[in-house]
Amino acid sequence: MSGLSSAHSVVEPGIWSKRIAGTLVVIYALITMIPLLWIFATSLKSPPDSISYPPKILFTPTVEGYCNLFTTRSRQTQDYIESLGPPANVCEEIARDRSMVVVGASKYWPRFVNSLVIAFGSTFLAVFLGTLAAYGFSRFKVPLADDLLFFILSTRMMPPIAVAIPIYLMYRELGLSDTALGMILLYTAVNVSLAVWLLKGFIDEIPREYEEAALIDGYTRLQAFVKVVLPQATTGIAATAIFCLIFAWNEYAFAVLLTSGTAQTAPPFIPTIIGEGGMDWPAVGAGTTIFLVPILVFTILLRKHLLRGITFGAVRK
Amino acid sequence: MNNDTGMIDRAATMAAKATPPRLVRRVRGLSDKAIAWLFIAPTMLLLLVINIFPLIWTIQLSFTNYRANRPNAEVVNVGLRNYERLLTDPDVWIAMQTTAQFVFWSILLQTVIGFTLAYLIDRKFRGHAFWTTVILIPMMLSPAVVGNFWRFLYQPQIGLFNYIVSFFTGIEPSSFEMLGSVSLAPWSIVIVDTWMWTPYVMLICLAGLRSIPDYIYEAAEVDRASPWRQFWSITVPMALPFIMLAVLFRGIENFKMFDMVNLLTGGGPGSITEVASITLKRQAFEAWRTGPSSAFAIILFVAVFGLANIYVKALNRVKQR
Repeated sequence: MSGLSSAHSVVEPGIWSKRIAGTLVVIYALITMIPLLWIFATSLKSPPDSISYPPKILFTPTVEGYCNLFTTRSRQTQDYIESLGPPANVCEEIARDRSMVVVGASKYWPRFVNSLVIAFGSTFLAVFLGTLAAYGFSRFKVPLADDLLFFILSTRMMPPIAVAIPIYLMYRELGLSDTALGMILLYTAVNVSLAVWLLKGFIDEIPREYEEAALIDGYTRLQAFVKVVLPQATTGIAATAIFCLIFAWNEYAFAVLLTSGTAQTAPPFIPTIIGEGGMDWPAVGAGTTIFLVPILVFTILLRKHLLRGITFGAVRK
Repeated sequence: MNNDTGMIDRAATMAAKATPPRLVRRVRGLSDKAIAWLFIAPTMLLLLVINIFPLIWTIQLSFTNYRANRPNAEVVNVGLRNYERLLTDPDVWIAMQTTAQFVFWSILLQTVIGFTLAYLIDRKFRGHAFWTTVILIPMMLSPAVVGNFWRFLYQPQIGLFNYIVSFFTGIEPSSFEMLGSVSLAPWSIVIVDTWMWTPYVMLICLAGLRSIPDYIYEAAEVDRASPWRQFWSITVPMALPFIMLAVLFRGIENFKMFDMVNLLTGGGPGSITEVASITLKRQAFEAWRTGPSSAFAIILFVAVFGLANIYVKALNRVKQR
């Protein structure tokens, strides 16, 4: 479609129009990046630098924020610190400069692992269930298909806090409160609606003739589904999986209300990172940076399917 | 494409040689109907257990005075009293107004900036694909984490936001508090939401602009329509369904906004930025008034469901184009 317009076409924007448009867009993009660059810069500052006025743009980078993120420290007397052997690692060294010693690991890493387990577990389940249901809706005459699809979508429209009240009570009864399994089931239920809608769109695009040919060749329906449709839908399944992964990774409302300890994920944990006398902003910056990097990677991988994902498959470009 | 038809042809000829079609249609393995239900049922079951059952429970709780922190206390059926109280409670209406204002201003800004950006990107300047990806990043991030780090940017004195504002306007950076002042706190949420979700509107608008076929502009050019005229009588009307779709999506999402606001202002100062979801959370999980807050949840759900209905209709209209 885009290949049709040539340089001589009347609809091709002029060179100046392009330059002005380009400049404005680049300016917007740079401004929009400032908060992210700032949080990354903060992760490399020392705590005093992070709260200096005016805000420091040039500073000596340190890994103190990352050390503080992963460790817990306690204040000790100078005599005690001097009585210890040489510091084992860089974090130990930084802590001693502040008259502290590292006493153990912080909760960030377990929270990060919870995020990974819950995000991947729920994504796997949602995509598995979603692929089956999407194939069912795409290829067979299901009674009331439109109503069922609307029902599936509408479950995603519910405000999470509204659902959280009975889920909280239900999980309390079932012993699923603050468990990874409970969170996986919950995120699966939220994501499966997106998965069904997106995958139905992708499967609709695979010509039925492929399966029909396979059926004629003697495949059963199930074999045709597994050996013909699934390989064709790989891209769609991968894109859907990444969308589910991002949702589960980013989710906060359910996580903060339904988990408190063992199953807590990173988003409710990051805002609670505090140092002595207030927020430890470099550690928060470090935690945020580590948490956001996977999302940046996924965004780049997904860029061709983004539009489809965010509109539940309504707009396909 | 050639490949596809080739494969089908081959399959068809092979099938024609091998077996008479009627025999093949006989069901082997599971019937289609069985497979359809087998495939759809697990999803439905999961949604029934995790979504519908809780919803019914919420409805039931909404007619009681149940308190989740006192599971052994006597539960009294209060009929419609919870709903009656809520709908006549001025605080609830204030929360609704706060939500409506937040939804209105954030979406207005996102639509204006988002459409402008899409229009500029559609000029297809060199490197537009790269810069589009850069612009899209904020909307992929966790709203909670975003809310948390904007809280840092908004700090008076040490925050970057106040410093940049003072750099351009000369106002003393410690003379205003974005999150602490009654007049600025609502705008602090609108700014963050706009920063985060403008790319979303931009992306959908861009799809709208790209869906307009070139020949319409060529015809307008032949008729000597001015660029201004072309913009208002071709570009805007043809992109409108997409803009509407973006507005509806954002409307629903912002109506139930919780995470970003909870971390940025927590509804404060006082209850100035207390959008509906925050009120609900305070009632349900801080005051533990489970019965009344269930009723509030149902009211919110009905409102969102109404929006969702409109949204699906609009969505189908866009699809038909």
